[in-house]
Amino acid sequence: MNALPRIRLEKRLATPRWLGVATPILSVLAALLAIAVIFRLLGVNPLVAYGRIFTGAFGSLYGLSETVTKAIPLMLAGVGLAVAFRARVYNIGAEGQLLIGATCATGVALFVPGIPDGLRLPAMFVAGALGGALWAMIPALLKARLRIDEVLTSLMTVYIASELVNHLVYGPWKGPGEWGFPYTDKFPLAAQIPRIGITRIHYPTLILALLAAVLAYILLQRTRWGFEIRVTGENPEAARYAGMNYLRTAMLVMALSGALAGIAGVGEVAGIHYRLRYPQGISPGYGFTAIIVAWLARLNPLGVILTSLLIGGLLVGGDAIQLALGLPSATVYLFNGMILFFVLGGDLFTRYRIRIEIPSRAAATPVRLEREEAL
Amino acid sequence: MSVWAYIFSVLRAAIPAGTPLLYGTLGEVTAERSGVVNLGVEGMMIMGAVTAFGVAQATGNAFLAVAAAALVGGILALIHAFASITLRVNQVVSGLALTMLGQGISGMIGKQFIGMPPRVQLKPVPIPGLSDLPVLGPLLFQHDLLVYIGLLMVPVLWFLFYRTRWGINLRSVGESPATADAMGVNVFQVRYLAVLFGGLMAGIGGAYLSIVYAPAWIEGMTAGIGWIVIALTIFAMWDPVRGLLGAYLFGSVRVLQYRLQGLGISPPLLNMLPFILTILVLMFSAGEAMRKRLGAPAALMQPYTREER
Repeated sequence: MNALPRIRLEKRLATPRWLGVATPILSVLAALLAIAVIFRLLGVNPLVAYGRIFTGAFGSLYGLSETVTKAIPLMLAGVGLAVAFRARVYNIGAEGQLLIGATCATGVALFVPGIPDGLRLPAMFVAGALGGALWAMIPALLKARLRIDEVLTSLMTVYIASELVNHLVYGPWKGPGEWGFPYTDKFPLAAQIPRIGITRIHYPTLILALLAAVLAYILLQRTRWGFEIRVTGENPEAARYAGMNYLRTAMLVMALSGALAGIAGVGEVAGIHYRLRYPQGISPGYGFTAIIVAWLARLNPLGVILTSLLIGGLLVGGDAIQLALGLPSATVYLFNGMILFFVLGGDLFTRYRIRIEIPSRAAATPVRLEREEAL
Repeated sequence: MSVWAYIFSVLRAAIPAGTPLLYGTLGEVTAERSGVVNLGVEGMMIMGAVTAFGVAQATGNAFLAVAAAALVGGILALIHAFASITLRVNQVVSGLALTMLGQGISGMIGKQFIGMPPRVQLKPVPIPGLSDLPVLGPLLFQHDLLVYIGLLMVPVLWFLFYRTRWGINLRSVGESPATADAMGVNVFQVRYLAVLFGGLMAGIGGAYLSIVYAPAWIEGMTAGIGWIVIALTIFAMWDPVRGLLGAYLFGSVRVLQYRLQGLGISPPLLNMLPFILTILVLMFSAGEAMRKRLGAPAALMQPYTREER
């Protein structure tokens, strides 16, 4: 009757440890292979492109420093998303929370008089974190009060935040000293985050990001609240029976991921640009790329440290090939989408054994194709 | 111009403005009726837009352009179908990945089309007889073919959903796949077809943007329309007729957005309107859904497998 092979998934009882490490790496490699095919089809030599990406990102001290620089916002936002996704709360709005964080920091940097110089930057970080967390409360409250799915609402808040930034930099906050560009005026020295030497690595933000990763790991693994997050995500019904308050958990992880994305925004305006600019000028989609960073780390905050550096390198390399091969900036999204697909697919191997059954006439013995053999 | 004439002119312009949304929404309504959420609408639409523009430039044939856009939308939808139905991966993330993929590939393909004048344009085709009706004639019957086809699909889909065996199968798969399976419905086939249909429609919606509405290729030209489609699907309560209302409502907002600029309101603030309205619409739908107990298909976002029943 049916001659097509059937793909069946068998749940694994436990994931071997090595598989948890090997899968993300293999997923990225497979994604790069698929992207190479698309490059080829579009008339771009993939070997040349990948060569440029690698040397651009890791081949020079400058490239390496840029990789770390771009990893900072990815790490901050990625850690927050890893925690939120663990609870199966899909905050897709990190990009907007980042922009609002940047906006709040700019407000404190330029328009709040009377803060002593030494407290200016801490105040900006606090404002950015609060702004991001409050912005994340829009989808969180809609979910808690009206049971509206957070995916769409958090995404809508990205568009709204982005237009708000546009409104400010083209309108009331436009700096008179910026030659008509859609920028605010430059931040005073006290509102600029120090960098390492001639690089753009604004190290205080980097330290915050690393700290966030470690604290989030401890939170998830060692605290009662982290336990509730994990149970809520893995088995919502068990969580309910155990009397855990799902909506409270959802609000808390939303606030946390919003605050971390907000801090990432502070780092970008106060550590890189020293001014608020049009949205794409502040973030080439760090908040969206952080989703991949989090998944690639298999939602482990410590893993995010590594994956943010890897994806940060891809972004730097991506910039390099855009310049060298005349590719549009949207190329980054091709990488993002493809990697996300393969990471999702790879995740499958860690949770299931894949069985491909070829229906034969005589016996119904399924042909087993396990991952170990398939490699 | 009197108030009524102004409202009329907004509504008239809202119909073409809402047409991409209508196609997208009808497709997503069908996919979600089968129990599969496809958040990749934005990506399928933008790929449809770039494909249609490219094919139109190469062949000068609008029909081929629309067909190619539908095909590309369908192929992308099948990727999501494979991931979410066969591999049972997370539907939210798979849809997001599809959107990113579409944005990336369309940007790369479309670079050569930026700034090109369009080679073909769909001209309005007044329907003989009907187009001479007072008010309704110019409002509804003096548009291009794709507007008519979109309009026509609403009653067709309604009939298919509620009056045919095929519709019962589709809805039962979305409500209770295990029961449908026991009744002999091929759950996987129905879901694959529904998701595929969603992709075809999103592709056509994108084509409408680039070869009729704009008509031009602009990178990222869908600008969130695909996401509004997802919200409209909820607002429509998975019903084609309400989908039509929602699509034209958002069409009107889009028209007003441009007209209010003339009054000196900051364009970025006006650009927020559709997204704020989307949130309001979701709030309104949530309240109504609770009141009427008219909810989503019960098995929405739940992958189906015989083993783990």
